[in-house]
Amino acid sequence: MTRHIVARTTDIPPGGNKVFGVDGRDIVVFHVNGEFFALLNRCPHAGAPLEKAACVARLTSPEPGVFERSRVGELLRCAWHGWEFDMRNGQSWFDPKRFKIRSYPVAIESGEEVAKELEDGLAKGPYVAETFPVHVEDSYVIIET
Amino acid sequence: MAATRIDCDIHPAVGGTRTTLLPYLDDHWKEQVVSRAIDGLDLNSYPPSMPLSGRADWRPAVGKPGGDLAMVQRGAFDQLGASHAICNVVYGAQAVFDPYMASAFCKAINDWIATEWLSKDKRLRASIVVPMQAPDLAVDEIERLAPDDRFVSVLVLAQGDMLLGKRHFWPVYQAAAKHKLPIAIHAGSQYRGAPSSVGWPSYRYEYYLMEAQAFQAQLLSLVYEGVFGKFPDLKVVLMESGVSWLPAFMWRANKTWRGVRVEVPWVEAEPATLIRKHVRVTMQPFDGPPDATGVADIIEQIGSDQMFLFASDYPHWQFDGDDPMPPHLPASIVSRMCADNPLETFPRLKLAA
Amino acid sequence: MSDVIDRPILEQEVAAKSRLRIIDCDVHPSIHAQSDLYQFMPKRWQEHLKEYGSHLRTPYIGTTPYPRSSPLIARRDAWPPTGGPPGSDLPFMQKQHLDPFDVEYGILQVLDLFIFSQQNLEFGAAIQRAINDWQLAFWSDRDPRLKASIVAGQDDTQLAIAEIERCARIGRYVQINVCPRANEPLGRRRYWPIYARAQELDLPLGIHVGGYGGHAPTGGGWPSYYAEEHQSNAHTMAAMLTSLVLEGIPERFPKLKIVFIEGGFGWIPPATWRMDRQFETFRSEVPHLKRKPSEYVKEHFWFTTQPIDEPDEGKHLRALIDWVGVDRLLFSSDYPHWDFDDPRYAFRTPLSEIERQKIFSTNARAVYKF
Repeated sequence: MTRHIVARTTDIPPGGNKVFGVDGRDIVVFHVNGEFFALLNRCPHAGAPLEKAACVARLTSPEPGVFERSRVGELLRCAWHGWEFDMRNGQSWFDPKRFKIRSYPVAIESGEEVAKELEDGLAKGPYVAETFPVHVEDSYVIIET
Repeated sequence: MAATRIDCDIHPAVGGTRTTLLPYLDDHWKEQVVSRAIDGLDLNSYPPSMPLSGRADWRPAVGKPGGDLAMVQRGAFDQLGASHAICNVVYGAQAVFDPYMASAFCKAINDWIATEWLSKDKRLRASIVVPMQAPDLAVDEIERLAPDDRFVSVLVLAQGDMLLGKRHFWPVYQAAAKHKLPIAIHAGSQYRGAPSSVGWPSYRYEYYLMEAQAFQAQLLSLVYEGVFGKFPDLKVVLMESGVSWLPAFMWRANKTWRGVRVEVPWVEAEPATLIRKHVRVTMQPFDGPPDATGVADIIEQIGSDQMFLFASDYPHWQFDGDDPMPPHLPASIVSRMCADNPLETFPRLKLAA
Repeated sequence: MSDVIDRPILEQEVAAKSRLRIIDCDVHPSIHAQSDLYQFMPKRWQEHLKEYGSHLRTPYIGTTPYPRSSPLIARRDAWPPTGGPPGSDLPFMQKQHLDPFDVEYGILQVLDLFIFSQQNLEFGAAIQRAINDWQLAFWSDRDPRLKASIVAGQDDTQLAIAEIERCARIGRYVQINVCPRANEPLGRRRYWPIYARAQELDLPLGIHVGGYGGHAPTGGGWPSYYAEEHQSNAHTMAAMLTSLVLEGIPERFPKLKIVFIEGGFGWIPPATWRMDRQFETFRSEVPHLKRKPSEYVKEHFWFTTQPIDEPDEGKHLRALIDWVGVDRLLFSSDYPHWDFDDPRYAFRTPLSEIERQKIFSTNARAVYKF
């Protein structure tokens, strides 16, 4: 597992997302309900970019006409064919076992923690040195691939 | 008796409202029918003289095909080899606009079938004909006949004035499910609107082909309105639908649902799963490919051995000769079609009446 | 069991074995605003458009009573960054779709302003004329890969034929578009003069799903949900095929090529099996038919592939293609709509090189004479 620092938390607004190139892949990071989720930016159905997906509630219903919402904003409706995926683990709604988006563990660390790890020589990835000077007052989004 | 072979779709014919049904109408409707000459309610979908409506050798010298009990017995049982048969009367009581007339006529049809057919031959069963013009009156008729378990299903037409899944009809399904009566959707139209989205066809041949699409629209309605979730014990039987459209239809339904599920979140499984669980189909006509491999493919694509029901569709002209079994069907489903599946689909159908 | 779906799509037929340029038979350009059309309309109709707008057989002035599952029926990533609706920006269309897929020709299908469904037939004709001009000026002129189709509302045959002839004289249109959901089924006698003229002009007839003809989307009435109404397109196409074949259009106009657009093709085999099966039973009703219905279908009709069927097993898609016949299929993407088919992944069953060429190129070349 390689850890990559991709952004400061403030770079991704709540309810929004950003795409990062990591290890030759496009990874999209969502910021919702105070958490960050990282997914491969390709729908397993036909490759649609997920950064343009609609972020919606998890919608269930015990009977016709009743709409139950939970985890608002944490479900993706793919930008093309509308398939629903859980941001948290990439699983599709209609067949969670067979269809899922590749998802990546995300950690949030303070600038202080990150600075210390860099000092200790634990390499983070190609972007650390060039793109993200680390400030101790910021928090950082770290993806594991 | 020979092996069990339940023919799930035969058509006794009502000779006329003023003749066949008159004894079964109350005094008010007797007077209306006679003094106003209300008759001739043969559906446009099945004009008796049309070749499809009656195979040449099944037409009596006088009267409509299916009008004579003895002839029907000879045909369905002796010639075509059924051990039992379900009578589905497709006469136009379902299509009049006056809901009380519809109710009275449906009642008359059901009483006529019970008295002059079911009571005369223990091998016969019937669908309850109901006035879907007024769902509450339809429920009344279901409740009235529920104690008579020679009635094994509820008959509705494939094209009415509203798609069958709508909330408007749910009391009918509640009553039907309660009494273990599957809903038999039979080809035929109330002609409230054009029989397809492209408009009114020139030919009866064309209309008959549009019927296949109507069945599909009805299934989508039942699935998406949540009828199968609401009434988990309900079964639906498609009668005379053609069947071979099922695979591509189910693929498209699944495909659409995966992307548009947010419209109908109460649909708890993929449409194909619900259809395999709740829907059954009679196998005459079976619009299959002409070759055995193709038929095997279609059957495999449909994906459930439990769906298929043997039927002759007597006296409609769907095949020549004495064998109503469509050609090339895999052996595994042939035996299921004749006994297991009908008995499972029509729980009220007891072999010994 | 599921051999195809589980395969990561990256490995699946990403690179063509040969450098195949594709012909996309269903691309939807969009107007930026109604005012785009003013230059192609006389003042009288500009004013009418502004004051009265569309008069349709639906409850709303500008939208459908079956709201779609995404804005403007489009893919969410197809909104041009410069503004305007999906399909309205040529450079963005080139960048997102035409160039990456190496589209050799993209055949335009215009749906704006409910062109076929205007109850005011003269107004409809004015819009159609404007859109036919707009297709050339805004699209074909600026990117010669994009080929225009003559939109001609069939419910007034005289107006339709006048517009067909006008556009045929210009000579840069590849087909004549009519609408499946109109007043009457397309096989009906009142529309025959259009087919006669199309045959004389040697232009194929292209029929794209849609329209508000005044009939419910199904024979059993009006569905509640877009999910139902969307699938009803397949039923519409089946009913329309029936009408055209049974009324004898291929028999009466044997040189006319007919293309069904955006109906997919899964519904075709059962429709032809049923037609053939009942042919003898109903033969006396249709004595003008000299051949079995399926024979007419195999020689006079073509079908664009989107939305392609997605059975769980690839072999079922193969069976379907074999039943329809690979010669009948014309690839289409339906760009920029949400249920768009990506040419790289749409066919989740192996195709031989010849089959790929046919579906993605040579069949369309034959129909449209490229």
